[in-house]
Amino acid sequence: MDSQVTATVTQEDEMRATHPPFMKHHFATLSQQRETASMGMWVFLMTEIMFFGGLFCAYLIFRNWYLPAFSAGSNALSVVFGTTMTAILILSSFTMAMAVYSAQMRRKRPLVAFMFITLILGLVFLTIKGVEWHGEYVEHHVPGMDFSIQAFVHPTNPKAVPLAPDMAEKSQLFFSLYFLMTGMHALHMIIGISVLCFLLWKATKNAYTEGHVMPIENFGLYWHFVDIIWIFLFPLLYLISRYR
Amino acid sequence: MNHISPVLWQFLIHWLQQFAIFPPEASTIAPYADALYFTLVAVTIVGLLLVGGMVVVFSVRYRQERHPQAVQIEGSTLLEATWTLIPLGIFLVFFVWGALLFFRIYNPPANSMNIYVVGKQWMWKVEHPGGQHEIDTLHIPAGVPIKVTLISQDVFHSFSIPAFRVKRESIPGRYTTVYFEATTPGRYHLFCTQYCGTGHSGMIGWVYVMTPEKYRQWAAGTTSGSSLAQNGERLFSVMGCNACHAGNSQARGPNLYGLYNSRIRMTDGSTMIANDAYIREKILNPSLHVPAGYVPIMPTYQGQISEEGLIELVEYIKSLDSRYRLTQMMNKSELDSAQPAPIGPANQGVGAAPLQHAPASGVPKP
Amino acid sequence: MSTILSLPDQTTAKLPRKHFLNQEYGLRSWLLTSDHKRIAILYLCSITFFFVIGGVLAGLIRLELLTPASDLLATDTYDKVFSMHGLIMIFFFLLPSVPATIGNFLIPLMIGARDVAFPKINLLSWYLFVTGGMVMLAMMVLGGVDTGWTFTVPLSTHFLNTNVVAAATGVFIAGFSTILTGLNFLVTIHRMRCPGMTWFRLPLFIWGHYATAILQILGTPVLAISLVLIILERTLNIGVFDPTKGGDPLLFQHLFWFYSHPAVYVMILPGMAVMSEVISTFSRKRVFGYTAVAFSSVAIAVFAFFVWEHHMFIMGVSQYSALVFSLLSMLVAVPSAIKVFNWSMTLYKGSITFEAPMLYAFGFIGLFTIGGMTGIMLATLGMDIHLTETYFVVAHFHFVMVGGMLMAYMAGIHFWWPKITGRMYPETMSQVAAMMTFIGFIVTFFPQFILGYLGMPRRYAAYPADFQVLNVFSTAGASVLGIGYLLPMLYLPWSLVYGKIAGDNPWQATGLEWQIQSPPLTENFIEIPIMDHEAYDYDWLANKTRHEVQTVG
Repeated sequence: MDSQVTATVTQEDEMRATHPPFMKHHFATLSQQRETASMGMWVFLMTEIMFFGGLFCAYLIFRNWYLPAFSAGSNALSVVFGTTMTAILILSSFTMAMAVYSAQMRRKRPLVAFMFITLILGLVFLTIKGVEWHGEYVEHHVPGMDFSIQAFVHPTNPKAVPLAPDMAEKSQLFFSLYFLMTGMHALHMIIGISVLCFLLWKATKNAYTEGHVMPIENFGLYWHFVDIIWIFLFPLLYLISRYR
Repeated sequence: MNHISPVLWQFLIHWLQQFAIFPPEASTIAPYADALYFTLVAVTIVGLLLVGGMVVVFSVRYRQERHPQAVQIEGSTLLEATWTLIPLGIFLVFFVWGALLFFRIYNPPANSMNIYVVGKQWMWKVEHPGGQHEIDTLHIPAGVPIKVTLISQDVFHSFSIPAFRVKRESIPGRYTTVYFEATTPGRYHLFCTQYCGTGHSGMIGWVYVMTPEKYRQWAAGTTSGSSLAQNGERLFSVMGCNACHAGNSQARGPNLYGLYNSRIRMTDGSTMIANDAYIREKILNPSLHVPAGYVPIMPTYQGQISEEGLIELVEYIKSLDSRYRLTQMMNKSELDSAQPAPIGPANQGVGAAPLQHAPASGVPKP
Repeated sequence: MSTILSLPDQTTAKLPRKHFLNQEYGLRSWLLTSDHKRIAILYLCSITFFFVIGGVLAGLIRLELLTPASDLLATDTYDKVFSMHGLIMIFFFLLPSVPATIGNFLIPLMIGARDVAFPKINLLSWYLFVTGGMVMLAMMVLGGVDTGWTFTVPLSTHFLNTNVVAAATGVFIAGFSTILTGLNFLVTIHRMRCPGMTWFRLPLFIWGHYATAILQILGTPVLAISLVLIILERTLNIGVFDPTKGGDPLLFQHLFWFYSHPAVYVMILPGMAVMSEVISTFSRKRVFGYTAVAFSSVAIAVFAFFVWEHHMFIMGVSQYSALVFSLLSMLVAVPSAIKVFNWSMTLYKGSITFEAPMLYAFGFIGLFTIGGMTGIMLATLGMDIHLTETYFVVAHFHFVMVGGMLMAYMAGIHFWWPKITGRMYPETMSQVAAMMTFIGFIVTFFPQFILGYLGMPRRYAAYPADFQVLNVFSTAGASVLGIGYLLPMLYLPWSLVYGKIAGDNPWQATGLEWQIQSPPLTENFIEIPIMDHEAYDYDWLANKTRHEVQTVG
């Protein structure tokens, strides 16, 4: 009866609140959509664990059989690079978490900034990996491309134990697995970065600061997962059985 | 098998073989395998009759015309427990039975005669210790336990003798063994059963089981002149092994006399048995397992020796062990002094003559 | 023959005015659909196509094996034929058969949802499947592959010059299709159930697909990595499987069978899921021991991951590991046995009719029992030595896959045909086809058990003459079997035009899918239902029919 009522909630308002434009038609409620998407991402990450699991399994078996060769191989990798890359990835996970928080707080500028920093950190990671791989190539540690066991049979480091040639040959297995595992990880980083570019572009258009946080959250899960894979790779490949 | 009448058993097997739907039983293990098989088949038939019976009887008794209104039954925990535990019990019986049979087939007695078989695309190369070489055929004496050591030169093959109920994969890079003791002289199929390329179905041959007398004649007639161990000894010096394995106290490499089947302590404290696989592995990857007190200076011979060459070296190193030499000599002398088996029709694979259990000597049957 | 079929009056009956097939027309509406029902039909067409190819290859195998010599086909060609028969039938027919067609169509309907959790990913699954299939076809045209479906190394990596990489790639891509389907189903069943649809009110069909999804999600990625390793070993010689470089060919066997054993349960569990529905409907009874069957499905999924080494008993694995895996294989057989007994007991005091789906179900029970028991024979260590790698194994897996799974698929297609298309298939013709399939199957594959015990090896283009008689029997059966499969491919399309109008619930079945129109609306339900009764509640159904209010289609 009050002609000055401004707080009336119309039916359209209600629809918009319970069925915002980003809600898909086959869901009954928004929370169902969010929980479903989240569960989907977790299940997908489990499949990725099984996928990498095969590689880890092969690595652990061969490391058990050829410990001296795998130790020598580990030593040939640069702990400096490895640690830097680990730090970069952990930092990028932090910035990604901050991005999720910004989206939840509906603040576009921090969201875009954090996503951008995450992107840059990811690219830096890949660059360092590329540099590292090139370094391995120069040292003749790439199987199939002029691989040489000389560095293991006649090591320059006085603390290193020289390997017999047949054991040194097994280092080729180490490097095959090294390139395969880090390469597979890098592939997942590249896919992540591509998706991140797309999300970043959409974020600049306010797609994720009006309540639709789900894609950022789920991408965050994926990004953290890729980080965790690296956190397993780093010690297994670089750190264990290094000479004191 | 010994619990039902042997006559019935013979009759059953003979009848099945006449109709070419059952392979001959030509080894000591075959009747045991067949007993297990018939029991499995019997249980399957019982299970099938039970389930099929339920389906048929219920379908007829409770068909719509006769039973228009269904009675809703939730279930019965008792029935669930019954048909969980009884099948489980039956399966576990088969598990134990099968495991016993498995261990029998893959654990040769210590006094077995050694035969080495190298599989390659697409033939079986058989090497007898006395130096006889065969391709796609295997001549063996009846009544003697035979241990076949298999390896492949290229891809996976599988050495199968259906009449003996034995089969074993022949794998590149590692030895596998299988054991049997043939009972009935005759000719039996030998197959490769692991798909190995174009010539897979051509990688077949014959196993000739002979009486020990005939086997002795065959062995004497086909030998290449030097035994595997003698060839191995020659290879040992040609490849320069005796430079380090000189057998004296200043030798850089361990003494190989008496090495075979002894337990060796490694540099990391673990122990290993110096069996065939160990010897082969040491020649190809010497730095993998380094015995305590030695440094990994032994060069690798990967790519320089063929699988046959490795077998000859392994046989030579085995012959350096007196116990091994003794068992081999005992086998040989048993064969030499064997009684000729009673004269019977030569068997031709499927549709064999009745079983003859005629061990060559006092070798205890497993 | 009495029947439970209850059709509307055919003189006035018509298909509903609006349904998912006529909602939109045009190629784009099909190729860019997100409707799970349309995707199911896309899958149905694709897998039928691959089934025909696989079937032709099977025919060639049986024709070649009529004679002992390798005379019809060159040995190399025969090797390619059986390899591609295996690859196509397993990866492009059996694995998607029930889940991707019937599962896709029905899971949202059965749980009261409007669609699966991720409809676009569902469509992506189909595209991945088709892409993988196209790669396989290209590979076949370009010369085929002759590794056997098992890609055994080192044969496939270093000793063949056929299109191994293409074949591995095709399977890899199709594997991702499976993973995404499994992911979709798992999340859908967890999150999209309508109000009141608790776990123990779900039809057993859903339980079966839930268990299947677990296997698809956890197992298939390991296949993916195995194939990647093969491709890299073959192209770059990385050495993981090469003994001269320190690698181990047995590592491939472990990785491959770690997936491929769960894969066989991915193939059979959906078939068992169909069985529960069909047997229940045609006995007019709730499945006996619902909880036991539900838990057995999940138990099979769990145990499936712990038995892979039973494919490797003679490959030089440690004898003690062989003991462990033999024991576990015995354990995994028990839940399947429980289910078979429960289905048989469902018939007790039921009211049974013998329409085609039920005939297929009976065939399943008998043939799967034989197939399962021969599996026990193979899991028995000492027996496996003699039986493995012979035709005994071939007979065993055809009994469970074709006698079991394919029969279940046919049962499911016939059972839900009226729901999918709105029309009935011709009953008598289908019963004839079912019986031909059953008889043809037994004549084809039973002699192979005997051949296996005789010692005839697998994958032989030529064989000793003593084995010929049984092979001739087998081929004779195959011709009957082929006709049994050809008939549905003829009368089912026929029924699309000439079949009787089915109505909502021709079988008078319980289940949410039967309470809506046939074919369903695109959005499935006008209003999301609220589930207030148990699964297979025939009392509820009787009540509802009595007080039925017609819903407008």
